[in-house]
Amino acid sequence: MRKRVIFNNKLLPYLLLTPQIAVTLIFFFWPAAQAIYYSTQLQDAFGLRTQFVWFENFEELFRDRNYLESVRVTLIFSVSVTVLSMVPALLLAVMADKQIRGATAYKTLIIWPYAVAPAVAAVLWLFIFHPSVGILGRLLLRLGVPWDYALNDGQAMLLVILAASWKQVSYNFLFFLAGLQSIPRSVIEAAAIDGATPTRRFWTIIFPLLSPTSFFLLVVNLVYAFFDTFGVIHALTRGGPGQATTTLIYRVFVDGRENNLLGPSSAQSVVLMIFVIALTMVQFRYIERRVHY
Amino acid sequence: MAERKPFPNWSAHFILVAGVAIFAFPIYMALVGSTWDASTIGRGQMPLYPGPLGIDTYLQAWFSGQGTRARGAPVQVMMFNSFVMALFITIGKIAISIISAYAVVFFSFPLRMFFFWMIFITLMLPVEVRIVPTFAVVSDLGMIDSYAGLAIPLIASATATLLFRQFFLTIPDELVEASKIDGAGPLRFFWDTVLPLSRTNIAALFVILFIYGWNQYLWPLLVTNSPGMETIVIGITKLLTAADAQADWNLIMATTVLAMLPPVAVIIFMQRWFVRGLVETEK
Repeated sequence: MRKRVIFNNKLLPYLLLTPQIAVTLIFFFWPAAQAIYYSTQLQDAFGLRTQFVWFENFEELFRDRNYLESVRVTLIFSVSVTVLSMVPALLLAVMADKQIRGATAYKTLIIWPYAVAPAVAAVLWLFIFHPSVGILGRLLLRLGVPWDYALNDGQAMLLVILAASWKQVSYNFLFFLAGLQSIPRSVIEAAAIDGATPTRRFWTIIFPLLSPTSFFLLVVNLVYAFFDTFGVIHALTRGGPGQATTTLIYRVFVDGRENNLLGPSSAQSVVLMIFVIALTMVQFRYIERRVHY
Repeated sequence: MAERKPFPNWSAHFILVAGVAIFAFPIYMALVGSTWDASTIGRGQMPLYPGPLGIDTYLQAWFSGQGTRARGAPVQVMMFNSFVMALFITIGKIAISIISAYAVVFFSFPLRMFFFWMIFITLMLPVEVRIVPTFAVVSDLGMIDSYAGLAIPLIASATATLLFRQFFLTIPDELVEASKIDGAGPLRFFWDTVLPLSRTNIAALFVILFIYGWNQYLWPLLVTNSPGMETIVIGITKLLTAADAQADWNLIMATTVLAMLPPVAVIIFMQRWFVRGLVETEK
């Protein structure tokens, strides 16, 4: 789409673009190029000499059992967070969409956790599930559950999933609610006149009409679980116990920052970049075409 | 409609109240935790109702940040840092993207689409992905431990530019023509017409970006070294490093409550803008 009426200055548009292009070049394209460059380099043990090794870092990466384990952990984590934050959000949105008293108040009380930082959400849930301090942690122990997230892999995973999902429900809720409110009432009423029960109406009309929203949220939540949850893991488990909660983004941080493995960590960054670009492209294709009914 | 509903209204209320309660529960526990002394909490004897302390713990967190074990920076310092970083990111992003969108929409010049795509592609890559090389660049530029280093790398993003572009395309051509006839140049048109028209979009973006900036974690963790530069979200997890029973839980919880106040207040008081901003920046 173009405007018909435009201004004719020669220099001004470039001046207006300069700040954003400068920031993008320095802090986006330059680091991205460096990541690609370093992903093909091998450093000797003293960090003195580097050597061009083609795709050796990548081959190494996909042979590394620890890395493959991180892929598995990330998949379990992301799928769980996505399901756990989308399903309750849909349920709450359907309820809040009804003409009931206090709907606005409910809405306010449901959306505010969006403002809580993932790392802060982690601290809040830690205070509840800490084995010796937390109210539910102590309850579990008293009930005979050997609860210690610092030692048990599954429990650590459970806690990071819970903390990461809790704050994301409100985001999904808002989008589902907006989606529900944009469905024309006449369609639903027509089905009601045809004798469709409310449950049937939900599954045959409302749910399919929500599919663009659901698909959009699916992608956004996966990206959230992949990248924005670093704070949750760093605050709660530091990727442990062992590597039970080391997701891909946490591994990039550990390898690049703490272990100073420039080549391997750059290779990991490149893999993640390709993944995000692919995901975004899929999303754009589908949003253009609209997931349809 | 006169029919039997599978979910009568009381069950809708029940589900919503349950949802609200699950959201509020951790906050309530944090408030309670900040009002008991650390040793009561450490012994696992904290009751479910508020204790006698309260304001003292908050004063301690605000002015010193030092507990019996915790060695944190004062909350007032970290809050200030968070405010500077969040506002820097918010205002910076809005400022650079509104003028670049203006250039792309209202001018015709060589390489216009090239620049647009250059900005557009940044939409796809969150800073977390390119964290290590970006850190190297910031470190080479000597921007470690500075507000500029905290904020500027996070300013490079396409969402705001796309939103403004989308909105500018809806400004009718007649408006531009009228201004031109009145003798207004591009800068005058921007200042007198486009900027006032963009007020709602700016407000919506402000809410979203402020929360985004305030809640940053990985980037401040890398870029800040001295305690005087820490943001509040980082500060909390630093207090946790000795997260055993003897940690200063009351202090940690008071700091947590304080850290949540500004973004939650922004959402509640600017709810209309928030919902608008969220739905529009993403779609």
